[in-house]
Amino acid sequence: MNREAMLNAAVLLALVAVPGWALWAGEPFTITLATRAVIFALAAVGLNIALGLGGMVSLGHAVYFGVGGYAMGILAWHAQSYTPLVEALAIPGTKSMPVIWLVAVISSALAALVIGVLALRTSGVYFIMITLAFGQMVYFFAISWPAYGGEDGLSIYVRNGFPGLNTLVPVQFYGLCLMVLLAVLALNWRLARSPFGLALNAARQVPQRVETVGLDPTRVKLVALVISGAVTGLAGALFADLNRFVSTTMLSWQMSGEIMVFVIIGGVGRLFGPVVGAGLYVILEHFLGDLSDYWQVFLGLILLAVVLFGRGGLVGIVAGRARTHG
Amino acid sequence: MSPILIAEQVLNGLQFGVMLFLMAAGLTLIFGVMGLINLAHGSLYMIGAFAAAAVAGATGSFLLALGAALVAAALAGAIVELVVIRRLYDKDHLDQVLATFALILIFSEGTRWLFGSFPLYLDIPDWLSGPVTLPGGIQYPLYRLALICVGLLVALGLWLLITRTRVGIRIRAGENDREMIAALGVDIGKLYTLVFALGAGLAGLAGALVGAIQSVQVGMGEPVLILAFVVIVIGGIGSIKGALVGALLVGLTDTLGGIFLPELFKLFTDDAAGATATGSAFASMAIYILMAAVLVWRPTGLYGAKA
Repeated sequence: MNREAMLNAAVLLALVAVPGWALWAGEPFTITLATRAVIFALAAVGLNIALGLGGMVSLGHAVYFGVGGYAMGILAWHAQSYTPLVEALAIPGTKSMPVIWLVAVISSALAALVIGVLALRTSGVYFIMITLAFGQMVYFFAISWPAYGGEDGLSIYVRNGFPGLNTLVPVQFYGLCLMVLLAVLALNWRLARSPFGLALNAARQVPQRVETVGLDPTRVKLVALVISGAVTGLAGALFADLNRFVSTTMLSWQMSGEIMVFVIIGGVGRLFGPVVGAGLYVILEHFLGDLSDYWQVFLGLILLAVVLFGRGGLVGIVAGRARTHG
Repeated sequence: MSPILIAEQVLNGLQFGVMLFLMAAGLTLIFGVMGLINLAHGSLYMIGAFAAAAVAGATGSFLLALGAALVAAALAGAIVELVVIRRLYDKDHLDQVLATFALILIFSEGTRWLFGSFPLYLDIPDWLSGPVTLPGGIQYPLYRLALICVGLLVALGLWLLITRTRVGIRIRAGENDREMIAALGVDIGKLYTLVFALGAGLAGLAGALVGAIQSVQVGMGEPVLILAFVVIVIGGIGSIKGALVGALLVGLTDTLGGIFLPELFKLFTDDAAGATATGSAFASMAIYILMAAVLVWRPTGLYGAKA
């Protein structure tokens, strides 16, 4: 086992052990904190598919996170207020997580498709600025659209249900989120080794060669962006369910920046990088937040240090340079 | 809708546009010369506004406040360039995004630490307040008219600087081939610091000027920064002319869209309140739709180099 695999195993063990420790130590709040970390990790795993595998520096992933969140908010709001979602067809809202997840995944994938088609006409800095700009567009639209709360957001009174589980019990909801994260990580691992993943890897490094073998690098990247957006959207639906609240904060550019920070401080392109990064962020937020109201100054300094001195994020520091991609 | 109202809105759009230009010009210069994407440009805008509010509060002089904004932002820019930005030039864009995002966190929270979370107010001086009557009987606030003039003067000054002076020649040479001008004996490090400080100073000036019509608060810079990005995408990276045209287009589209789209939607429905809501929701998207249209038509912007 190399060092990265050992680190991954340790992270996995810690994720499984957290609820047990929290109950034993009598600190149940830790479970909620860990759930937050797991959901952020899922959002970051989504971005890592675009960023790490595809080399697309998307600074607008809050769009997908927020669209997923609003998918949950809108469906559950219609269900709790007994109003039909689509008046003409009498389609009702729902409080069922699987249905909500499906809607969240499809709608965030669609959002990624539309943004991707436009943004992938360019590359480099243009791509960064355009994804950021479209993020801001969706944000302002959500603020000025009064039907679903506008600036105030939507509150959902009771957490949505999952067949066979009581999601109101923190441990059960944590377990559910962790299962989703692990399933997506497995998918990510398979994806990176599939022919599609290899083509994507090549499209990031030498797009001309991809073209030479008869593939369209832009299309490969677009598919990756759609998958990436869908995963982040699923995370958004879970995040809204964790807080039982969705607002435009989920769509803000700061959220995009934070999701990117999770990926970078963990390690770009590493399977567990986003998980480590999100975990570290939540821990920093909790402990530094206790020490000072201005904890983000320290977060900023840590980030600067990671960028200037520690290439490869935390996973990179622990496990050394990445093997040549494969 | 009267012609006077339309003329007023066009002037408002121009005013918004020239202020965006001050932001976008610095960003596009910095990108053109150093190849750096700087997210912290909004923080320099904020620093300018806070410096102006602090100095105006202490001395009561608006001109001193403007001077302080320019100096404080340019100085902050020069320091940041020397300490951090300098190490980012040969890194990839991802690192630049992250490091400058870190700078935003440091500047925003640092400012909150120093000045608190409550907004400050910067008053328009007496000699610039009140309306003026323009030809055609339009009553328009003198201060906003002054903003348009200042913005256009800065644009002219920048154009002269870049086309007519030795520094301008070096900046243009730096855009084309930095190794070559370094080989010709130009201190490229000093040139970079200068360009960064110039861009920062313009952002600080814009922050102070706009701070007098809005409130001065932490986080005021980033929305403007993102609009400046839209301007650059439309105008083409590295082009000052593109930044000016893009800024005016964005300023006019945003202001006129906010007025006309709700009216337009009212033509198609009897539900006036609903039409207004839908119209303003779409108006908030108008500039981004403009950006998307330019992208489809010309992916490198109106005046960008053909890739």
